[in-house]
Amino acid sequence: MASLDQIFVTLKAWVLGLLPETVQPFAGVMISISAIMAVFPGIFALTTVVERKLLGRFQNRPGPNRVGIPLTKIRLAGFGQFIADGIKSLTKEDVVPRNADKVVHFIAPFVLVVPSFLALSVLPVGRNMAALNFTETGLLFFFAIGAATEISVFMAGWSSRNKYSLLGAMRGIAQMLSYEIPLILSSLTVVMMVGSLSLVTIVEKQTAVQWGVFHNWHVFTPWGFAGFLLFLTAACAEANRTPFDLPEAESELIAGYFTEYSGFKFALFFLGEYLGMFAISGVAITLFLGGWSAPFTFLDWVPSWLWFFGKLVGFILFFIWLRGTLPRLKVDQLMNLAWKFMLPMCLINLVVAGVWHYTADWNDLIRWPLGAALLALPYWIFSRRFESRFQTRTYRYAS
Amino acid sequence: MIGTGIAKGLVLTAKNLLSTYTDKERLPTIEYPDEKQPLPEASRQFPMLIFDGEDEMKGLRCTACQICEKECPPKCIYIVKSKDKRVDYKGQNQFYPAIFDIDYSVCMSCQICVEVCPFESIKMNTEFELATPDRFGGLLVHKQQLAKSNAHYQKIHPTEAAASDAAMAVEKAKAEAKAKADAEAKAKAAAAKAAPMPSASPEASPETPKPAVAAPKMPM
Repeated sequence: MASLDQIFVTLKAWVLGLLPETVQPFAGVMISISAIMAVFPGIFALTTVVERKLLGRFQNRPGPNRVGIPLTKIRLAGFGQFIADGIKSLTKEDVVPRNADKVVHFIAPFVLVVPSFLALSVLPVGRNMAALNFTETGLLFFFAIGAATEISVFMAGWSSRNKYSLLGAMRGIAQMLSYEIPLILSSLTVVMMVGSLSLVTIVEKQTAVQWGVFHNWHVFTPWGFAGFLLFLTAACAEANRTPFDLPEAESELIAGYFTEYSGFKFALFFLGEYLGMFAISGVAITLFLGGWSAPFTFLDWVPSWLWFFGKLVGFILFFIWLRGTLPRLKVDQLMNLAWKFMLPMCLINLVVAGVWHYTADWNDLIRWPLGAALLALPYWIFSRRFESRFQTRTYRYAS
Repeated sequence: MIGTGIAKGLVLTAKNLLSTYTDKERLPTIEYPDEKQPLPEASRQFPMLIFDGEDEMKGLRCTACQICEKECPPKCIYIVKSKDKRVDYKGQNQFYPAIFDIDYSVCMSCQICVEVCPFESIKMNTEFELATPDRFGGLLVHKQQLAKSNAHYQKIHPTEAAASDAAMAVEKAKAEAKAKADAEAKAKAAAAKAAPMPSASPEASPETPKPAVAAPKMPM
C-alpha cells in the first residue's frame, strides 16, 4: 500500500534517474508542471459537465445528456460535452472591441490563469507530493498569488471599455478585497496553532491521532470548525461562486467583467475561475480538513492523493449544490456580511484559538464546550442584529 | 440565526435532486426526437385530404368543388378540376381534382377549408415535423402528399372522425333511398307510359344530380 501511496513520487524519481544529472532539476520542474497542467484542467473539464448535469437535476431537468463519442451513437450520459465545448471555444471568432485597450485586453486572461496554476502548485496533494514546497512561506505565497487574480479582473473590466464590464470589475474588486480579510484572518488561526506557514507542515500536524480513531483535523476543534465555515464563505466569495457571483451576475451585467471576451479567451477566464475555486478548496482542505490524511486511522491504507482529490471532489460538489440553492446577494448585503459579521467573527475566532492554545492541558470535555460557547454567543448576537437589518427593508424614496 | 435558512434550502434542493432519480413525476422532460408526447386530440397543423379504400388517388373524397379554394383567407389552395368524372362513394358521378396543391408556407391553419367542405374531404392533420431545405418547392405539397387515409384521420381525431363517418353514412343512406325512389318512380313512369295517362311525377325529372356546389353541408 505504501508503494501505491508513493507511486507518483517513485515514478517521477525513476524518470529523473533515466536522465543525465545536469538536466534533472529542470526535468523535475517540467514533470511537476505538466502533472498540474494535466490534472486540474482535466478536473475542470469534467466539472463543467457535472455542474451542468447536477444543476439540471436541481431544477428538475436532465441536463446535458446527448454528446458522447463523436461519429458514434455512444452517448456516455453527456460526458462528451466538454470536448464539444472545447472545440467550440477554440474555433469561435475572437472579438475585440474597437475601443478596447488591446494589450491589456489580451493579457487579462493570462493574468488570471497563471496565478491560478501557481496557487495550485503549492498544495500538498499527497504525502511528499507538493510541487512547490516552501518550508517557510507556503500559505503566504498562496495568498500573494491569489491577490494577483484581482488585478486580472480589473484589467479585463477596464480594458473592455464597456459599462457592464467595468461595473462587474468594480464589484469584483470590492468583493474580493473585502473577503480577502476574513479569508486570511480565518486561516490565521491555523497558522497560530501550527506555528508554521508551510502547507506541508500544516498537513503533517493534522495526522496525529485523537479520540481513538480520529485524526486531529483542525475542523474537529471549535475554532477550527468556525474558521472552516468562515473560510468556506469567504472562499465562495473569492471564487465568485453563488451566492457571491455579483461580478458576473448574468441577470444584471450580462457576464460582468468578461462580457467582451469571446472564443478561447473566454474559455481561459472560465478555466481561471474554476482553477481558483479548486485552489481555494485545496487550501481549505489543507488547513482544516487534514489535507491528504484520512479521517479515521483505520482508513490510512487508502492512498493519500486519493484522499486529497476525494475531498476536492466533495468541495466541488458542495459548491455546485450551493449554486443550485442560493440566490445572489445584493451589494450592500455582501459588504455588510463581510465587514459587520464575518470580520468580527474572525477576530473572536482568533481569541478562541488563543484560549484553546492556553488550555491545552485541560480535559477536552471542558474546553470543547467552552470554546463552542465563546463562539456561539457572539454568533447568536451578531446574527440577530444582522437579520433584523435584512428582514425589515425600508424604502426611502418609494412609498 | 444566520445559516438556518441556508441549511433548509440545501436540504430542499438535495431532496429535489434525489427525487429526480426515483420519481418520474419530478423529471417531466420528454426528450423530443427520441420520445414524443402524444398530441392532444384538438391539436391541428395543416390540412390533408382524406381518401377511402386502398388507392390514394382513386379514393379521394374531394370533388374539386373549389369551395375551399375560394374561402381560403390567405389563398394557399390551388385546384384544377378534372376533365372527366368518376363515381363517388354515393354512386354519383363527380369531378375529381387533377391538381390539388396547398402551400404550407402560406397556410395559417385557420381550418376554414375544413368547415366549408361539404364532402368531409379536407381535414386538419397533426403532423408538425415539416422542416425542409427547400422553402418553395418543399412546402408546396401536392395531392399525393396531402392524401391521408380515413384510418389515419380516425386515429388522430377520433371524435371528429366518428361524427364525419356518421354524417357520410347518413348521406349515403339518403342517396341510396333516393336512388331507390328514383328507380321506383322510373318504373312507375314506365308503367304509366304504357298506360295512356302522360302525367309523370315531378321527382323523375332530375336524372343527374347537380354536383356539389348546391349541396348544403350536413349539420353534424
